[in-house]
Amino acid sequence: MFDKTIAAIVVSAIAFVTVYAITPILIKNLEKRKLVVKDYNRVGGAMVARPGGPSILAGILVSELVLYAFFSSVDVLAIILTTFLAFLVGLADDRKVLGGWFKPLALAATAIPIILLGAHGTHLDFPLFGPVHIPELYLALIVLMIPITGNTVNSIDVLNGVASGFMTIASFALTISLFIVHHYDIAIASLPLGFVSLAFYKYHKFPSRIFPGDSGALTLGAMYGTIAIVGHVEIIAAVALLPAVINSFLFLSSVKRIVEHRQLKSNPVEHTEDFKLKATEHKDAPVTLVRLILANGPMTEKEVGFTIFKLAIFSAALAIITAFMTGIKI
Amino acid sequence: MKGQIFVYVFIMWLMILAGGGLLVLTIAHISIQGFGKYSEFLDSGIKAIIAIFLVVLWIFIMSKIKNWIFHKQIRN
Repeated sequence: MFDKTIAAIVVSAIAFVTVYAITPILIKNLEKRKLVVKDYNRVGGAMVARPGGPSILAGILVSELVLYAFFSSVDVLAIILTTFLAFLVGLADDRKVLGGWFKPLALAATAIPIILLGAHGTHLDFPLFGPVHIPELYLALIVLMIPITGNTVNSIDVLNGVASGFMTIASFALTISLFIVHHYDIAIASLPLGFVSLAFYKYHKFPSRIFPGDSGALTLGAMYGTIAIVGHVEIIAAVALLPAVINSFLFLSSVKRIVEHRQLKSNPVEHTEDFKLKATEHKDAPVTLVRLILANGPMTEKEVGFTIFKLAIFSAALAIITAFMTGIKI
Repeated sequence: MKGQIFVYVFIMWLMILAGGGLLVLTIAHISIQGFGKYSEFLDSGIKAIIAIFLVVLWIFIMSKIKNWIFHKQIRN
């Protein structure tokens, strides 16, 4: 137990410090290479460095490799490989605008290491009702899970600091849940996700100095999905991610097809004269979480972000309650 | 509006719990035998069809609840 406590502290510190130290260097490098994008929600439209994926990946890889050196776990290896592959998919999308179907299909392929390494179970654990054994169906679930979590996190990356702040809350909820269901090794392996997100939030929060880009968002989302699978906490993970799931659900049910945000004709959000955000009145604009939050009137970008964080904390509490319920069978 | 979103998250959570229960009660008790080497394939196929049906049903119900909770905003 002492070994595990030491490992948890070491990997958490490595994950946090790596991202905290590397991100400013990455920002300078990206700005020098003119890899910047306009922040349309900022007065004057400041140019912000993108993508922050490389520093996020560095934090995850270094900390998980150290953890692998400690315990040589096949689950940690699956986390490392799947997360790295998802980063490559995101980086390809950052470099070149790819079609709406590219990311789901490519992300499905990133789940292959989980299957090849056998780092998965064969059942789903439902709170109050117990497990359901679905060996063949579970393989399909793995292939679906990574694109879903990856794209769900990517879809919430709409305002300064939201994706990293949201992932910090959801990841720590997942870690607490893993401890509650006694999956200690995976709980330790999940710590870097929360600490990497927290360190990145320092530079991503309003006013952002860097955006995670697809490489950052997909890396975080894919790692979250992989932890859910190898830790057998798929339902709990889905609950912690509910606000982002609702955002994707609202978007898809209003647009009715898989499409990139940049391909939309109308934006769900507009600006007031004093540069607050307000919900658009365009009939063909998609319904999103931010648009619903703004339905009662304009808010600043920071206020909308904090509302999303309150929703994330609410879902995190539900996820932790779900973890407690997993041990109970009616 | 913000309160309604919290209500929607809570309803979605209850739906996940209820859906899980339904899945356990239906799929867990299915066991196809007597078809030789095809038994396992049939067993998985039937479970998959039930699971997909339940997922589609759940999406339909969530969509209706969404329209009911956010009807004013969506209409606008």
